[in-house]
Amino acid sequence: MTATSPAEVNAIPLRPMGDLLARLGRSAEAILIPLFALVAAAILFSIFLLVLGKSPAQFFSLLWLGGFGTPFSWTNTLVRAGPLIFTALCVAIPARLGMVVIGGEGALVLGGFAAAAIAIPFIGWAPPLVVMPLMAIAAILSGAAWIGLVGVLRHYRGVNETIASLLLFYIAVAIMNFFVEGALRDPGNPNKPSTPTIGKENMVGAIPGLDVHWGLAVAVVLAVLVWVLMNRTTFGFAARITGGNVRAARAQGLPVGRLIVISCALAGACAGLAGYFEVAAIQGRANASIAAGYGFTGILVAFLARQNPLAIIPVAIFLGGITAAGGLIQRRMGMPDATVQVLQGLMFLVLLVSETLYGRIPFLRPRSA
Amino acid sequence: MIDLAVSRRNILKGGAALGALGLGSGILPLRSALAAPLTIGIVYVGPRDDFGWNQAHAVAAEALKSIPGVTVVEEENVPETDAVSKTMESMIQLDGAGLIFATSFGYFDPFMLAMAEKYPDVQFRHAAGLWTDKNPKNAGSYYGYLDQAHYVDGVAAGLATKSNKLGFVAAKPIGTVLLNINAFTLGARKANPNATVQVIFTGEWSMPVREAEAANALVDAGCDVVTCHVDSPKVVIETAESRGVKTCGHNASQAPLAPKGFITGAEYKWITIYSQFADALSKGETLPNFVRGGYDKDYVQNTAYGAGATPEAIKAADAAKADMKALKPIFVGPLKDNAGKEVIAAGTEHAPYDVWLEQTNYLVEGVVGSIT
Repeated sequence: MTATSPAEVNAIPLRPMGDLLARLGRSAEAILIPLFALVAAAILFSIFLLVLGKSPAQFFSLLWLGGFGTPFSWTNTLVRAGPLIFTALCVAIPARLGMVVIGGEGALVLGGFAAAAIAIPFIGWAPPLVVMPLMAIAAILSGAAWIGLVGVLRHYRGVNETIASLLLFYIAVAIMNFFVEGALRDPGNPNKPSTPTIGKENMVGAIPGLDVHWGLAVAVVLAVLVWVLMNRTTFGFAARITGGNVRAARAQGLPVGRLIVISCALAGACAGLAGYFEVAAIQGRANASIAAGYGFTGILVAFLARQNPLAIIPVAIFLGGITAAGGLIQRRMGMPDATVQVLQGLMFLVLLVSETLYGRIPFLRPRSA
Repeated sequence: MIDLAVSRRNILKGGAALGALGLGSGILPLRSALAAPLTIGIVYVGPRDDFGWNQAHAVAAEALKSIPGVTVVEEENVPETDAVSKTMESMIQLDGAGLIFATSFGYFDPFMLAMAEKYPDVQFRHAAGLWTDKNPKNAGSYYGYLDQAHYVDGVAAGLATKSNKLGFVAAKPIGTVLLNINAFTLGARKANPNATVQVIFTGEWSMPVREAEAANALVDAGCDVVTCHVDSPKVVIETAESRGVKTCGHNASQAPLAPKGFITGAEYKWITIYSQFADALSKGETLPNFVRGGYDKDYVQNTAYGAGATPEAIKAADAAKADMKALKPIFVGPLKDNAGKEVIAAGTEHAPYDVWLEQTNYLVEGVVGSIT
């Protein structure tokens, strides 16, 4: 029984203050460093433009105009952001477990195909209230199975998940082509092998007041849910422990294998949903066109967002805007389509390099250890 | 003092606004003072310099740019998804396009049709024979009968071969591709009844690795002339040239790729259609919804003869061109497929504009290979 000194009493309420400062510093770091990386990429890209004899000022003003400058540009941007959120989640969820899954496009293709295929026997007579959920479930399940398989291969067979998911993308396209050019081919479409159309009544409509389909809203809600799952539940906590140190997680008695497979399946379900919307809101049928590259741009989105599901939303909109403006830049500046990809590639590189800056910027580091 | 500061700020603001205006005028298309200026938007599915389908359109776009009052805006590598709707919409909203050429098969349904309904004042034309009168009236199709040019290729190839074995690298076994293979074969066998055409399907519109493998396999099998129907014939032509065999082209001119062995090639001549459309619009006339034709309308052509063409091949091919211009039918009965089944009865013929040809689902006698 010793008397507490006034200093110690004061120290207790002070500690949360210190924590708050440290947390502020960390979140400032998480915003400032990517921002710095983007500015650096923009400067490097301007040098690239100057070397080509093009005006960076014109480029960036066109980027603004085409991506965000008019109401139409916003529609154009948001339409592209929706699928990017889904496919970025497909990268971000396994990333929490330390896995780099880059084959989201495969789950997207297979999900879209499954949705179109399951609808075939119901077209024309079943009510949309039955067909639409059925299609969505088929897409979710097949996407989940596809990337879940990557998790299984990784955990039980030691196959590298990056390579496996990439190669499985080619298999997914081959599976779709096999059916689309064979058993499930629409005889009414002789020159472009496709499944039969799902019918206007089974299509997903636009969000009222916006010329953007419901996929965007679902994607935003899903990103928030994934954030809650990964940051506010025991599942997410266990997943992050596993990502930090697998052996430590095992020693703690965490079911590492199950965590890996479930996370991969969740990731695949997100990409599968992207495929569902590509078929049900845009194409109306499955064919080779559903592999439009969203799965691959999603990788960039997830890395730019540092695998944070909430940050994925603005980053997807940002990259959607860059892609949306790409066409305008091509047309006005007479530059090839690859120009915007050069910018995206530079951003990706600078961002990866900037990862080393974390914890090294003096004024962002909490003073007391 | 305060007033001065404020006014200085205002001056800065004004300067910024002026700068923005200057920038803006550079960005926004300056309305031409010429009568009925027209902005034409062209959308490509691949790169404009692919030595194939897209290049054939891009060459025409270049020629369009020289027409006074016509501004051409182009966008390449636009996938067949929502992106193409947004590209068309962006051309209309931001560039003021009044005529859109959508040049890839998958752009038509649902994307171009939806845009045509949304923008009834803009004209939309699609490069394939898909439009029907149930579709919007401001939309339409245009198409060239490339099988006629492939027939001419075949005539020249049949006379340029020494082994009597010709090779054909094909993308997918669908109607338009089969029609071209058949026309090439009929041309070759008309000039040289001993000629056979061996076909290999790659299964994809663009799959360079498999196209190179197929070209090599055909040369290994003894073919001394190789042609193709894939999106970009570059790989096939270059591979064949490096193996020392002769080649016939497809879609656009590949003559620069094969200085030693190029015979001739089947080319689209989109500029004929494009300039007719531009002309009609600037005069305030309505555009036809459905335009199709071949040699007779100058919609297709053959590449200028290369070093691989022999004098007799040139003579026969020129005669074949005259036949095509005169609308002489290629598909004349009795005609058997390569399994021995009769596909056209004796006494029946299918003239160039016959839609029956577009439903081709067989390979004619003389083709080595199968669809399945």
